[in-house]
Amino acid sequence: MTFLNFFISGISLGSIYAIIALGYTMVYGIAKMLNFAHGDVIMVGAYVCFYMAVRYELPPLLGVVIAMVVCTLLGMIVERLAYKPLRQAPSLAVLITAIGMSYFLQNTALLLWSSNPKVFPSIIGRGSFKLFGGELSVSHITALTIGVCLVIMAALTLFVGKTKMGKAMRACSEDKGAAQLMGINVNATISLTFAIGSGLAAVAGALLCSAYPTLMPTTGALPGIKAFTAAVFGGIGSIPGAFLGGLMLGVIEIFAKAYISSQLSDAVVFGVLIVVLLVKPAGLLGKMTQEKV
Amino acid sequence: MSEPVLKVDNINVYYGSIHAIKGISFEVYEGEIVTLIGANGAGKSTTLNTISGLLHPSTGNVSFLGESLAKVPPHKIVERGLAQVPEGRRVFAQMTVQENLEMGAFTQNDDISGDMEKVYSLFPRLKERMRQTAGTLSGGEQQMLAMGRALMSRPKLLMLDEPSMGLAPILVEQIFEIIADLHRTGATILLVEQNAQMALSIASRGYVMETGKITATGTGQELLASEEVRKAYLGG
Repeated sequence: MTFLNFFISGISLGSIYAIIALGYTMVYGIAKMLNFAHGDVIMVGAYVCFYMAVRYELPPLLGVVIAMVVCTLLGMIVERLAYKPLRQAPSLAVLITAIGMSYFLQNTALLLWSSNPKVFPSIIGRGSFKLFGGELSVSHITALTIGVCLVIMAALTLFVGKTKMGKAMRACSEDKGAAQLMGINVNATISLTFAIGSGLAAVAGALLCSAYPTLMPTTGALPGIKAFTAAVFGGIGSIPGAFLGGLMLGVIEIFAKAYISSQLSDAVVFGVLIVVLLVKPAGLLGKMTQEKV
Repeated sequence: MSEPVLKVDNINVYYGSIHAIKGISFEVYEGEIVTLIGANGAGKSTTLNTISGLLHPSTGNVSFLGESLAKVPPHKIVERGLAQVPEGRRVFAQMTVQENLEMGAFTQNDDISGDMEKVYSLFPRLKERMRQTAGTLSGGEQQMLAMGRALMSRPKLLMLDEPSMGLAPILVEQIFEIIADLHRTGATILLVEQNAQMALSIASRGYVMETGKITATGTGQELLASEEVRKAYLGG
């Protein structure tokens, strides 16, 4: 039963990684860049939720919606100001800009909200479901996190597979020049991708801080890096890959904490990543890109 | 003559410091097949990409249906009815045939099932493979898909960049037959080709390009008969 408990915790943590990883993987798929500021958008989302709940005493769900709006706009503004001017620049310049943007967001948060940790109020309280006569206990936030992740995955899969804009996104990620010749506005499509990724980051921020309630300007950094790892693990650019990679990373991390050593858990996680990449360099569900003739 | 559908007026295009297009002018009138022929590197694709708005002329102007295309972004140019089938086909390999055609109709906001039927009747092979991903098609089928995809935007001018490239001779003939058919049903076409013989044989008029300049012009038949063109491009 403890095994099952750990497994459920792992899936729940992994769900958060998966939601964050979607932002990395979608942006990489379309803009071919690693948006290292993505983790810090999570932190901004969490702070917005925090202030909406604590200072303005709004219902938590409304707070999350406001955080999503703020983060969506933030993602689009960051893309427009920092990344769009570098569309033709070498990828190293874009990468360094993204790292710079990450520090910029963290330090702005430090100025605005100070370095004192805030205690984040859970968005759905701290209750739990008791199963098997109380032997298995699943907290509400754990169940909610898994549920939200499933809904997001299903919605995104439908969006990308069935809608005109979703298909345009896939077309842009394959060949931007050809997409332009179809009449697709590539800049608007990239902007939309950042918007979706950043909106999801706000959701991830609310879920993350509900489960681990310490909120600081650096709160988004480590989950961001781990979710990026999850995206690479699953195959960067692949939406199901981000889902699978996120869940696996969460489960491995919790099992490593429970059965090996909590200090070593991150080492185990990254060790597994290295082994996977040695065997499958494109990640679990990634496709090797073929040279076009 | 009436107003041309496409008017390219003395454009100069640079790639960095390389002067790729050196002041060329030409027109395409409604219902014509006009061909640009010339060797590799003559600037033919650069010309098409400039017309499509992917490159910008440093001087000169391109106008389409009487309006200048300067400062019009590429996706708006497609909306106005100017479609390009790019060199090397560039179909979306991981998307299905059907999805590729839907992307071609991206600028259309009404029902596209009629257009889809038209493309499928023009290219029955595509209908058989509508659920396959485009990457699994043969080169000839991909060319058909690239053409069908461009037709989905209901173009008033269709530009084709080297449709014969990399195809077996029998397929080249088939593709050119389809181009001639499209022309007979009223399409206006600008065809860029290295295969001068084939292109000139179906063209109303042609322009010969050499290192960024137009060096000869005439009807398809005139150019086919011209001693100079025969020597340079048709193997004597």
